[in-house]
Amino acid sequence: MIKKLYEYIKPYSKYLLYCFLLVSTEVVCEMMMPLLMSKIIDIGIPNKNIGFIAGIGVLMVLLAVISIALGVANMKFSALASQGFAANLRESLFNKIKAFSFSNIDKFSTGSLVTRLTSDVTQLQVTVMMMLRMLLRAPLMLISAMIFAISINTQLSSIIFAAIPILIFGILLVIRTAEHLYTTTQRRIDSLNSDIQENLIAIRVVKAFVREAYEKLKFSKVNNALTEASLKAGNLISLVMPLMLLVMNSAMLAVIWFGGHKVGTGVMGTGAFVSFISYLMQILFSVMMFSFIFILFARSEACGKRIVEVIETNIDIEDSENAKDLPIKNGKIEFCHVDFKYVAGGEGKNVLSDINFVIEPGEFAAIVGGTGSGKTTLVNLIPRLYDTTSGEVLVDGVNVRDYKLETLRHSIGMVLQKNVLFSGTIRENLLWGNENAKQSDLEKSASDAQAHDFITSLPEGYDTELGQGGVNVSGGQKQRLCIARAMAKKPPILILDDSTSAVDTATEAKLRKAFRENLRGTTVLIIAQRISSVKDADKIIVLDDGKICGIGTHEELLKNNEVYKEICLSQQEGMVS
Amino acid sequence: MAEQTSRRPAGTGGPHGMPMGVGRPKNLKQTVKRLFGYFNKNWLALIAIVLTLILSSGSMLAGSYFLKPLINKYIIPGNFNGLLMALAGLAIIYVAGIFASYIQTRLTIQVAQKTSNTMRRELFDKLQRLPLKYFDTHTHGELMSRFTNDIDNVQIMLEQSTTQLISSVLTFIGSVIMMIILSPVLFLITAMVLALMVFLSVKIGGKSRQYFKNQQKILGDLNGYIEETISGLKEIKVFSHEEKAITEFNRLNEEFRTTASNANFLAGIIMPIMMNLNNVCYAITAVFGGILTIAGSFDVGSLAAFLQYSRQFGQPITQITSQLNNILAAMAGAEHVFEVMDQEPEVDSGEIMLTHINEHTDGNSIQNEATSQWAWKSESPDGKPELIPLKGDVRFHNVTFSYDDKKTVLREISLYAKPGQTIALVGSTGAGKTTITNLINRFYDITKGTITYDGIDVRKIKKDSLRQSLGMVLQDTHLFTGTVMDNIRYGKLDATDEECIQAAKTASAHSFISRLPDGYRTVITGDGANLSQGQRQLIAIARVNVANPPVMILDEATSSIDTRTERLIEKGMNALMKGRTVFVIAHRLSTVRNADAIMVIENGEIIERGSHDDLLSQKGRYFQLYTGANILD
Repeated sequence: MIKKLYEYIKPYSKYLLYCFLLVSTEVVCEMMMPLLMSKIIDIGIPNKNIGFIAGIGVLMVLLAVISIALGVANMKFSALASQGFAANLRESLFNKIKAFSFSNIDKFSTGSLVTRLTSDVTQLQVTVMMMLRMLLRAPLMLISAMIFAISINTQLSSIIFAAIPILIFGILLVIRTAEHLYTTTQRRIDSLNSDIQENLIAIRVVKAFVREAYEKLKFSKVNNALTEASLKAGNLISLVMPLMLLVMNSAMLAVIWFGGHKVGTGVMGTGAFVSFISYLMQILFSVMMFSFIFILFARSEACGKRIVEVIETNIDIEDSENAKDLPIKNGKIEFCHVDFKYVAGGEGKNVLSDINFVIEPGEFAAIVGGTGSGKTTLVNLIPRLYDTTSGEVLVDGVNVRDYKLETLRHSIGMVLQKNVLFSGTIRENLLWGNENAKQSDLEKSASDAQAHDFITSLPEGYDTELGQGGVNVSGGQKQRLCIARAMAKKPPILILDDSTSAVDTATEAKLRKAFRENLRGTTVLIIAQRISSVKDADKIIVLDDGKICGIGTHEELLKNNEVYKEICLSQQEGMVS
Repeated sequence: MAEQTSRRPAGTGGPHGMPMGVGRPKNLKQTVKRLFGYFNKNWLALIAIVLTLILSSGSMLAGSYFLKPLINKYIIPGNFNGLLMALAGLAIIYVAGIFASYIQTRLTIQVAQKTSNTMRRELFDKLQRLPLKYFDTHTHGELMSRFTNDIDNVQIMLEQSTTQLISSVLTFIGSVIMMIILSPVLFLITAMVLALMVFLSVKIGGKSRQYFKNQQKILGDLNGYIEETISGLKEIKVFSHEEKAITEFNRLNEEFRTTASNANFLAGIIMPIMMNLNNVCYAITAVFGGILTIAGSFDVGSLAAFLQYSRQFGQPITQITSQLNNILAAMAGAEHVFEVMDQEPEVDSGEIMLTHINEHTDGNSIQNEATSQWAWKSESPDGKPELIPLKGDVRFHNVTFSYDDKKTVLREISLYAKPGQTIALVGSTGAGKTTITNLINRFYDITKGTITYDGIDVRKIKKDSLRQSLGMVLQDTHLFTGTVMDNIRYGKLDATDEECIQAAKTASAHSFISRLPDGYRTVITGDGANLSQGQRQLIAIARVNVANPPVMILDEATSSIDTRTERLIEKGMNALMKGRTVFVIAHRLSTVRNADAIMVIENGEIIERGSHDDLLSQKGRYFQLYTGANILD
């Protein structure tokens, strides 16, 4: 994992080196301070040599000023390197996700992809920055303070050697025990959050059933469980500080006792003694820093894993090597013995099996069938949103795998079942289909999609801001905008996946009329629930449990297709809205 | 850590590790006062926290001061017995300090957790009492972040920032006093460096706050863009818009990189500057202390103690500035939470309540099972309760309604549902059908006109009672985490398993539930994501069935449901409608045709009303809707 992530900081490896050099020099400068000070006390004062004292003082101030410069420079490089790393990582994650096929997208949820790109990356950035600022300091400080301490007095240093393992052991023990308490806490946080979320989503249900009191009780249970877990974890963690103080102070008492003897008997100078105490503090402080970095690392590990998981995902649909840059002119669609399952090569059941049909250029075709019969899957194979498991899908006689993805998708206007509009004006959204479309083109598409009238009735017309996800328009209006957006492409093939479910019957009839009259030459393929929407199609494909069980016109199918008859029967009397 | 990107520290567990905002509280005094209200019951703990804080800071300060007598009196003269005694004294001070700091941390965690627990509970309780209008105008994310980010910030503040601030202030003041006691002259010299440190930390702190604010703004843009593109990723692929998305992303990413680098840099430099200025201070102390000692007005022991103080001096200053920032951010968070808590709750001035009547009172002739056991109870002026039997008679008199007082959604609606009748509402999407049903149960209050229920103005009925008497199947089915059984029981909390199963059978939900892996014990998660739309709807029907309410409101949703499930749902719905007053928003003709009255709604007005045959013969909008498919042939 670290190796994978290192790739992204590589362009800044120069900065990493600078950081290392800067920090180590800075630490040495800093660590010299107590030693120099001891010279003042042990040499300068007894000899009453003011010149010497001033000299040392100037040296110390000089070192401090150098340290400031080094420290500030280090801050600059660590900020640049860590933010550069984060930007690189974000960029390549975004590029990778952009190249994801539909089955790749299905594997991760939208929310988890967003988290990986946002807070996970930020967490890693903070870790890298901390590493460059603190992690380097801790060992350097530890080592140099140790060297100075030993150089002052080897015997006294043994106290330090005794204290360090005790401190490390104690802190690790607490952290290890706290770890599973934190997992519990995290789980309870999750259930608290989902309880709140659920209540927000289902607020109408709660109110309709007058369950406010019940929900409050439920929440207070979840809430108290969280508090209980946090208290447990918190109480354990609150041991760390006293533990550290205990070790540090004991070491201090020991140093004063043994060191005091040495000073008293003249083996050691008072200054050396005082500076030794300073080093002791530094050493124990850096050990503590180590343990906090350890916690930081443990937390980042999970983020790193999640990011690497995205980076290492194999993209299963890409331009094939010999992809031709052929234009699609006619819009003929052909399926030859197509089988499909979502887990390629896996055990799973075939979602589609042995699908065969031809839709001629300019035909108006429809697919009907129950939920889960494979309608959406079938149309998704045409613009290669998924690849067939076996068999071929041909457009204009050429296997879809032989087209460049961009050409293929550009030639197919598709309205998805769950459609999304983007923030921006209506115009900007329609321009998605064709950047260079003129206002008149957009109006044409919009009026064909039965959207022009309601757009112009809005106060700002085509310049109405939609808000994220198109929150400012109703469901039926949204669907019509999505259809207009796909039509603006003027594609040879137009696919509508149950995209008129929220449009009322009368408007839908007008929409179909527009398809017939104004889209001559465009192959239209629609999926619909209502028989009334498909009745006048040139060709109706009936799907049942992933297999084609009939192809023909409404009249033909009514005569000889049981499944179709059953669907018609259940809707015999039409829908009133 | 003087980092401004405050990650959650080790000692706390909060829902999100998001960097906190740089909000500033609008009314600090008021917020602090109100926050104090949360621990007035814990005032003993508060006093204990302050005392232990003083004790632990005092022990640290005293420990350093001890160096002076230790060196001067015992070590230099070589008085080791005295040294032993003095060390014992020092040990006692240390132990007292450690003990105090432990007690202080535990108490603080206790108080902080209790407070955040109470705040979460109060906020949740408040949410339950807010009118639907509030939820319409605020996003879920916005309300969620009150619970997560804002309450978290308050918790961190209580757990860490405040105590650290207090102990930093104590240490700072204590150090100054000790230094003055040790040597006023030396202190004056160090005070100059000290002033420089304070000045710089304020200066840099202010500057870096600005940069940080800027960084957060761009981060917001970047994250917003990421969220939108990823949610619409399938759309982007269908339109092969990848390249464009990347161009925009790269622009934002680059902008953020530059801004964030600068912000991190500025936030970071406080640390080395402070630390090394501290070292300058240390050097100056050593030099002048040395000179003073030579001059005889100072001694080595005092110098050692003084050096200890001057060494730990920088920390409190950086701490004070950064903790103040955290506290202000938390106060802004608390203010957001209080804002929600201060929202007007749903108004309910109704006094008439729903009661159970077990035996048939007087000679009333309603023999209907669904309604016969209920009555409206009101206090008559002479204090005697008055019972009005519940029949299920609902009338609208010239009702006008608008969500926002700008756009009228319903205009002059009048309708009359006699007990036991089925009223069908038809019309195109957005015509106002669902709105009508939302007025009966007072999800929203009407702007003009009246709605009566058994002759009583609905505004006089207590909301809880009103809603209990109305069963609803909503267009969007929402289920809760829990078993299928729990979800059915939601309709009647004291229902037995048998009652629930019976309700499921009536709703035609039993057969599919029995086929689920764990039957009625199958756990539903994520709003029923593991069930199909149709199955969720069947459970919702069973849920309302177990409640057995006298009046039903059914918002039929049939799009995207296959015909077989649809027939099941229809069966379930029909079972529910028997013998009750029912309002149904219908899409299926079979439901509509059997209705006693059909209302055709268009643009918020009833444009046609009557039975199926009446309306067909009128050849108006209903005829058009009904035959819509054929019009153009």
